[in-house]
Amino acid sequence: MLVFIIRRSLQAIVVLWVMSLLVFVGVYAVGNPIDILINPQADQQDRERAIHALGLDKSLPDQYLSFLAGAVHGDLGRSFVHSTPALSLILERMPATLELAATAMLIAVILGIPLGLWAGLRPNGIAGRTIMAGSILGFSLPTFWVGLMLIMVFSVMLGWLPSNGRGPTTDLLGVPVSFLSVDGWRHLIMPATNLALFNLALLIRLTRAGAHEALLQDYVKFARAKGLSNARVIGVHVLRNILIPIVTESVFAWPGMGKLLIDSINLLDRPVIVAYLLVIVTVFIVINLAVDILYSALDPRVRLHEAKG
Amino acid sequence: MSTLLERPAEDAAASRAGQSPFARIVSDFVANPVAVFGLGMLMLLVVVAIFAPLISPQNPYDLAQIDVLDSKLPPGSKSGTGGTFWLGTDDQGRDMLSAIFYGLRISLTVGAASTILALVIGLAAGLTAAYVGGRTEAIIMRIVDIQLSFPAILIALILIAVLGTGTGKVITALVTVQWAYYARTVRSAALVEKRKEYMEAAQCLALPPSRIVFHHLLPNCLPPMIVIATVQVAAAIALEATLSFLGLGLPITEPSLGLLIANGYQYLLSGKYWISFFPGIALLLTIVSINLVADQLRDVLNPRLQK
Repeated sequence: MLVFIIRRSLQAIVVLWVMSLLVFVGVYAVGNPIDILINPQADQQDRERAIHALGLDKSLPDQYLSFLAGAVHGDLGRSFVHSTPALSLILERMPATLELAATAMLIAVILGIPLGLWAGLRPNGIAGRTIMAGSILGFSLPTFWVGLMLIMVFSVMLGWLPSNGRGPTTDLLGVPVSFLSVDGWRHLIMPATNLALFNLALLIRLTRAGAHEALLQDYVKFARAKGLSNARVIGVHVLRNILIPIVTESVFAWPGMGKLLIDSINLLDRPVIVAYLLVIVTVFIVINLAVDILYSALDPRVRLHEAKG
Repeated sequence: MSTLLERPAEDAAASRAGQSPFARIVSDFVANPVAVFGLGMLMLLVVVAIFAPLISPQNPYDLAQIDVLDSKLPPGSKSGTGGTFWLGTDDQGRDMLSAIFYGLRISLTVGAASTILALVIGLAAGLTAAYVGGRTEAIIMRIVDIQLSFPAILIALILIAVLGTGTGKVITALVTVQWAYYARTVRSAALVEKRKEYMEAAQCLALPPSRIVFHHLLPNCLPPMIVIATVQVAAAIALEATLSFLGLGLPITEPSLGLLIANGYQYLLSGKYWISFFPGIALLLTIVSINLVADQLRDVLNPRLQK
C-alpha cells in the first residue's frame, strides 16, 4: 500500500514538472509581450529598462530556471498588467470560483441523484422519459448560450436578478463570500444554475444507468462493485467540469479564476496564464491522486495490478 | 433511448432471419421515431448548410446587399427593398436568417473536419497501441490517460493561448482535444478482436501486418468508433462555438454560429434578443439532432443489446 502511494506520488510530481515545462515553453514562445506592455511612444532606454525589469532579456532556458526556482518557493512571477504577484492574483479570485462551484455542485447533486434514481427505477414511465429527454437537452445546450438566455429572461425581461458581477460580499473568517446576504444570493443563483446544468444532466444519466443496471442484474454484489466504480467516475467527472467554470464566469462577469484566465489570454499576460494553469494542474493531480489512493484502499485488485505493471 | 428493449420479442425474432447486418441496423434505427426525427432534422440542416448561398434571402457578407439603415430590426420587419427579415437583422443590417445559414456552414465544416482528422489520428494511435503492445502501448495510453483527466475546454484554451487564434489553429485545438477518445476506444475494441479466432487464422496464413490491421482488425473495430465520432462532431461544434464566443475561436472573417451569438451578446441587455437567440437555436438544433442520432446508433450497434 505504501509502495503504491509512493509510486503514485512520484508519478504525480513528474506529471506536474512536465506540465510546467510544456506550459511555460508554450506560453512564452508565442508573440512578444514587449509590444503589448510597453508604450509604443517610449524611447529605446525606457523599453530596455522595462524589458530588463520583466526579465524578458534572458534566454528561454534561463527564464524557465528562474521561474522554476521561484515556483518552488511559491513565486510564480508578476503579472505584466497588474504588477502584482501572479499567484496572489489567482488566490484572490479563488474564493469566488470555489463558492460558485460548491453552489453548482449542491444544485446538481440535490436534483440529479433523485431524478436519476427515479428515471432508472421507472424507465418506461412518463416522468422517467421526461427526465431523460431533459437530460439530453442538458447535455446538448451550450453552457454559454444557456447563460445568455438566463440573463435575457431573468435580468432583461423580468428584471428579477442582476445580470453580472458578484455584488457585495460578507467576510466569513476573512474570506469574502456571497451566500450570507440576500443580495449575494441574487448574484449567485443564476451563474450557479448555469454551471450546474450540464453536471445535473451527467449525474442524472450516471445515476440512472447505475439504478437501471442494479435492477436488471438483480445481483447485489455485482451492483455494489459497479456502484463503487460509478462513484469514482461521477466524482471525478463532475468535479472536473465544475472546478473550471471559465465559460460561466465569462458570461456573468463573475470575478473568479476562469474570468481571470480569459482576460489574461486576451491581454497576453503570461505569468498569470502560466500560474493559473499550474494551480489548476496541481489541483487536478491532487484530486486524481487522492481518488486513486482511496480507490486502491477500497479495491485491492488495483494495487496488485499496479504492482505488476 | 432503449426502444430495442421495449420491442415485442416475437416481432424482433421474426424479422431477424435472413437479414444482412446493414438491413438489420437500418430497421433497428428506424424503430425509434425520435431518432428518425433527429436524423431528418440533421439532414435538413446539412442541406441548408451546403446550399446556403442558393437559399439565403441575401448574401450577408456582400456589402452591396446590406444596408446599415436596416440595422437591429426585430424579426418580421420589412426591408427597404420590399423583402422581409423573418429573424430580424444584426447591428450591420444583415438578415439574421441568411447569417445563420452561412454560420451553420462554417460550424458544420469545422466540426466535421476536426472530427475526421481526430478520428484518423486516434485510430492510428489506438491500433498501433493494441497491435504493437509493450512500451509503445504504455506510452500512448499514458498520454491518453493524462489528457483525458483534464476538461476539453481547458486543453483547448491552453492550445489557443499558445498557438494564437485562427481557423487552422482552432481545428488543431479541437483535434488535439478529441483524438484521445478515439485512441482509447479503438484500442480496447482491438484488444478484444485480437483474441478472436479470425485474427489467429489471419496470422497463421502469414498475411502481412498491414493487411491484418487494415482488412481484418480495423473493420471490426469500427462500430464503436462510429458512435463516438457522431457524439464528437456535436462536441466539436459546441466547443468551437464556445471558443468563438469567448473571442478565442474563429476570426471575424469566418462567422460561425458561436461568433454570431457573441456578436449579439452586447445587444441582449437592451432587449434586442434575436441577434443572439436565433443563432443559438440553430446551434442547439444541430447539437440535439446529432445527439439523438448518436444515442440510437449506440443502441443499434451495441452487440450486448441485440437479441
